[in-house]
Amino acid sequence: MDTPVIIARDLTKVYKMGEMEVHALRGVSLEIRRGEVVAIMGASGSGKSTLMNTLGCLDLPTSGEYILDGEVVADLDDDQLADIRNRKVGFVFQSFNLLPRSTALSNVELPLRYSHTKSGRKEKARLALESVGLGDRINHRPTELSGGQQQRVAIARALVNNPSIVMADEPTGNLDSKVGQEIMDLLLNLNKESGTTLIIITHDSKIAAQTERVIRLHDGRVLEEVA
Amino acid sequence: MNIWQPVIEALESLNANKVRSGLTILGIVIGVAAVIAMLALGTGAQDTILGSLSGIGTNLIFVFRGGEDDSIRNPEPLTMGDAEALSDIFSAPSIEAVAPILQGNAEISYGGEATTLTLSGVTPEFFPVRNYVVGEGSEIDEEHILARASVVILGVDTADTLFGRHEGVVGETVRIEGQPFRVIGILEKRGGGMMGSEDEAALVPISTAQARLLRRNPADKVDVIFVQAADADLVSDAKEEISEILRREHRTAVGEDDFSLMSQDDMVDTASSITGILTIFIGGIAAISLLVGGIGIMNIMLVSVTERTREIGLRKALGARKRDILTQFLVESSLLSLVGGLIGILLGWGIGVIVGIVATKSGTPFEPVVGLNAVLLATLFSAAVGLFFGIYPANRAANLVPVEALRYE
Repeated sequence: MDTPVIIARDLTKVYKMGEMEVHALRGVSLEIRRGEVVAIMGASGSGKSTLMNTLGCLDLPTSGEYILDGEVVADLDDDQLADIRNRKVGFVFQSFNLLPRSTALSNVELPLRYSHTKSGRKEKARLALESVGLGDRINHRPTELSGGQQQRVAIARALVNNPSIVMADEPTGNLDSKVGQEIMDLLLNLNKESGTTLIIITHDSKIAAQTERVIRLHDGRVLEEVA
Repeated sequence: MNIWQPVIEALESLNANKVRSGLTILGIVIGVAAVIAMLALGTGAQDTILGSLSGIGTNLIFVFRGGEDDSIRNPEPLTMGDAEALSDIFSAPSIEAVAPILQGNAEISYGGEATTLTLSGVTPEFFPVRNYVVGEGSEIDEEHILARASVVILGVDTADTLFGRHEGVVGETVRIEGQPFRVIGILEKRGGGMMGSEDEAALVPISTAQARLLRRNPADKVDVIFVQAADADLVSDAKEEISEILRREHRTAVGEDDFSLMSQDDMVDTASSITGILTIFIGGIAAISLLVGGIGIMNIMLVSVTERTREIGLRKALGARKRDILTQFLVESSLLSLVGGLIGILLGWGIGVIVGIVATKSGTPFEPVVGLNAVLLATLFSAAVGLFFGIYPANRAANLVPVEALRYE
């Protein structure tokens, strides 16, 4: 069997808020297989966002072991973390986070620029946009696109560097349910076609129901895993 | 990575905040414009001064009465005798020609027209020594001197004032201080000089001036003696010889010279040192205004970093390294400052040209000069200012923690 793309053992994260220590993660262990679609659920304050930041290499755990696609993520400096995010992680945010003044094409191109991809950047970006059904909108700016279309651009941006995992943080949170479902269908479809591992952070049980596995967090610990 | 990409991006982001960018660069624009305009005018003024200095004559030495400082009491006046002694080829081999001159205000009139001007009593040597050329008529010669002839040579402007023209007036008779003088020549046009227009002139034989127009005590006193050295290399030798002869004539002790010498080179040096001080002064103003402009840029870049915290967080999430963010903001601030500098150069150039046109219209021909070095310096300096004052905001942007930056509202 394939090695899991994500192996996390006993992750803890402690924030210092002044004098107080906040334990956001209190020993989280989990494995996610390549190509799996997983939902992470939990109430606010459950450590959901912290877990996403840690798994997405935006932040390092205080202790514990984390291996992402064969690379041990620990004691890396900021630039090395940036590199791993660039190559192995694609992010989809609730509020899209597109650069408002850039066209869809250059938004999608952005990760390629930071990975110092020299040739064919425009072509790769165009293909990614086509794969999310926006081949005819490549020169539109985000303000000229609907919310659903903006999220499609964000998905294309997440996919353009062929990451090992795509982390979607409430990807449908800012969309109405119909468009939200379209986005979910698109994500699931992309997973089926290209086998990209998909981790969706959500508190919407309807969204979670469409995934293969739900990881519930409570108070910094994994509460239960629903297959 | 493509070098133009950050530049294009920076232009886009500056373009998005046009008014703010414009106001921000105003400090740099004004600073650079002031420097360029002042340098253009300064260089132009220097050229004009040097030009008029060399127009006075060639290898000239001015001899004045009175010592270098005020400690010499009762300085003996310069006299025709001194001038003759200086003309002695044996004691003064380096001297080519000597032209004593007597000057004073006098009223000159023709018909109903009258004007008061500086009248000069001159010798025949005056014309070659001072580069004065008589266009129409003849120069003052030895016979006029010996005869104390009542003849006068007029400058172009003086002739225009008196006759309304400056051609065909030779042979007319004008009155100087009420006495009739025959016009024997008109000087060629000379244009502006160091002490006003040299076309407003009236030259009479020095003996005539001494006897009847500008009486002095002693009677053979002169105001200035122009001495022309035989060669540019002999100017300092000539100065030595003049000093020796005048010390002998005036019987002064060593170190108590009651006369002073100034060569054209000395004047050029004086003019240059004045321009030098001016340049330092302008440099100071420039430094202050660029400093203020730079702080303005830093300020607005800090605002921009705060405003774009989420964008920075996003870029970091997508894999931007510290250096990428640093470059982005540094390019933006240098570009801001550089554009300000370029606008400033054009503005300063324009101001210089306008001042030049106004000056020329009002009678002082004057050409502002914008040197390539000034332009290059201003360009480089403004870019450097942007770079320097961008370091702090850019560092702040580059060191933002991605998790927190993404959460920023």
